[in-house]
Amino acid sequence: MSQKKLLGITRRQLVRGLLATSAFGLTAKLGSACSPGNNATTAAGSADTAGGGEEAMTVGFIYVGPKDDFGYNQAHAEGAAAMVAAHSWITLVEEASVPETTAVAESMRSMIDIDGAKVLFPTSFGYFDPHILELAQEYPDVQFFHCGGLYQDGVHPENVGSYFGYIDETQYIAGIVAGLSSQTGKMGFIAAKPIPQVIRNINSFTLGARSVRPDATTQVIFTGNWAEPIKEAEAANSMADQGIDVITCHVDSPKVVMETAERRGIFCSGYHADQMSLAPNGYLTGAEWDWESVYTQLLADIQSGKSLMNGDIPHLLRGGLKEGFCKMSDYGPAVSEEAKAAAEEAKAGFMDGSLVIYKGELKSNTGATVVQAGQELKQQDPVLEQMDYLVEGVIGSIAS
Amino acid sequence: MVNLQNWRRPLESLVLSGGAILVGLLLFGIFCALVGANPFAVYASIWKAAFGQWSTFQNTLIRAAPLMLSFLCTALPARLGLVIIGNEGALVIGGLGAVLMGLMLSYGNLVPSPEQLAEPLGMSPLVIQIAMALAGMAAGGLWIMAVGALRHYRAVNETISSLLLNYIAIALLNHLVGGPIRDPASLNKPSSFSLAEAVMLGNIPGTRVHWGLLYGIIACIISYILIQRTTFGFSARVAGGNIRAARIAGLPVGKLTLIICFLAGSCAGLAGMVEVAAVQGSANESLNVGYGYGGILVAFAARHNPLAAILISLLVGGILASGGILQRTHNLPDATVLIFQGLIFLCVLYSDSLYGRFGIFKEKPMTAQPPAPPTTPGQEPVVIS
Repeated sequence: MSQKKLLGITRRQLVRGLLATSAFGLTAKLGSACSPGNNATTAAGSADTAGGGEEAMTVGFIYVGPKDDFGYNQAHAEGAAAMVAAHSWITLVEEASVPETTAVAESMRSMIDIDGAKVLFPTSFGYFDPHILELAQEYPDVQFFHCGGLYQDGVHPENVGSYFGYIDETQYIAGIVAGLSSQTGKMGFIAAKPIPQVIRNINSFTLGARSVRPDATTQVIFTGNWAEPIKEAEAANSMADQGIDVITCHVDSPKVVMETAERRGIFCSGYHADQMSLAPNGYLTGAEWDWESVYTQLLADIQSGKSLMNGDIPHLLRGGLKEGFCKMSDYGPAVSEEAKAAAEEAKAGFMDGSLVIYKGELKSNTGATVVQAGQELKQQDPVLEQMDYLVEGVIGSIAS
Repeated sequence: MVNLQNWRRPLESLVLSGGAILVGLLLFGIFCALVGANPFAVYASIWKAAFGQWSTFQNTLIRAAPLMLSFLCTALPARLGLVIIGNEGALVIGGLGAVLMGLMLSYGNLVPSPEQLAEPLGMSPLVIQIAMALAGMAAGGLWIMAVGALRHYRAVNETISSLLLNYIAIALLNHLVGGPIRDPASLNKPSSFSLAEAVMLGNIPGTRVHWGLLYGIIACIISYILIQRTTFGFSARVAGGNIRAARIAGLPVGKLTLIICFLAGSCAGLAGMVEVAAVQGSANESLNVGYGYGGILVAFAARHNPLAAILISLLVGGILASGGILQRTHNLPDATVLIFQGLIFLCVLYSDSLYGRFGIFKEKPMTAQPPAPPTTPGQEPVVIS
């Protein structure tokens, strides 16, 4: 009787309700995540009728996060949209925010059974084992292309393919631009996990910067997970406090990092996709994926009758700038002509294969020699895929 | 008379919950119409994708299975009046414990050398599976029992401590798979060594649903019997209703708290074991995808009733299963499924406040007799008019 009521709800019930409602937010990873109107891509629905006797085909894309995350997923979604624009005979079906559990197996199954998809692009790294491998055995006539380079010949089903890019080439160029733009010579790298892919980007960025400014350093902070917006913002702020004036990152969505850097009035360098719109003043350039060219080419091959099963599409596709797997963002307003010239020179070096990032003698930041004098490790060298050291000039450690 | 009392209350729950779901569906339809989709076509798609055919219904079952187990981690302590939301942590720790046990029994080492991998100890898979399940349950159980102990002996708020333990569990998982128990071959997705194919749980024959579903249903039924039909459950409900009265009556409140918390955690731990032994095959960050948090949702919507939770889990599983088709067929944003879930659950939670407000469900006052005491103290919502 003494309890105040609103709409017949007691305070206890209200608290309970609030608690449960906040549990929704937390379940976001379970089913999907909040992303406002990602309506950009399914233009396919109208473009599915094939012209000129071409056979219509359904292609499915699955993303681990929202399609408009300014990062990993957006890069893939933009590639998919561009692919459809180039191939009007394709119907694109997409699902976003699918976690790396049985959920992705069910999404793939549903795309195959209900939508009749013949080609699938489940894009997240963790989809591969066991989910893609199991589905590939069950549906031997469907082609599965996975982003990550995990395919092993003779071990995995032959309707599975894997592609990945040497994006550290573009990080090297971004490092050159950063080194020539920085006032203090101190740069910051906000990274998710100390795994080879990420370490390679940190090292290439640092080597790029030190190639034009030998005293440059890169402070690295690992946040521990792919999407930790709060820690990423904290890391960016503490870097700005330390006098670091260029920040880049390797996390799923660089949005927070770029916005924080812009707010603190320092430079930033993008990753995954173009983030110029988030930091119009401080954005220098960025290392971007170029999935548009990869996907468009793959589907052109499929259209001409090639397939993974016949063996005329390679099971492992890899490439860097030259092969069109990655690209640079447009230069921001703060980039000097000198920096642009140095960056273009490095780019030309990658295009003709004369520039090698990892060559001796190279020391790690603990003083150990990691590449012997006179030795050159080319981009494709498998040794580089097991990288477990930070090069000289990087401040930080990978011990977990 | 007894019969009448027995049917009115369940009918009230049924009508109110069913009505709430209908209102939720209606609101969702309005939302769909607002964003430009035909609500009836959307309903039809949801039905088809979640329950329509056996093939798609399996999708629902797969998603519902982990929720049934992780739900109990919140629901059991709720009978004691504790609000525990450490499901995710207990699930992760349970999964971790199960993998460690599995590797130890398979290869005799958490980080097996190539020779050990080539020559497993050859223990029977069934023994290993049982040991893994026990390890998962023990690990998850102890994890939540610590919360109960902190509550009982040090009066630490159990909601906060269990929530914080989630973060510790996830950090522990990331640390272990990133360093001490990492399989060096798992370069870019740090994982523990994988369990051998032979010790994996596999699916229920003839389906693609793993055994976790059966474990979940059994655990829910056992919990229901334990809480509603045993002296132990009765003591727990008494302590949940009024802890001082329970103490005065001589009930061992401390022991009850610890045991219930252990059982709660062991259910979530079992969910973790199923996730590694039936789905992932190794411990890695994919263990932590929100099944624990989903369980909290189910617990509140099912009003902590284990039998209702089976149905609610199926409902949530169905909603999640239909998420894909909403994106693909109706071109709705991927957050739509969250909005759908949110509307349904807000309605269900609101319906909680309507209990006892409709005369038709009220038991007829018996003349010349004092009103009967509630049959299940501590369970029904407080109604003060």
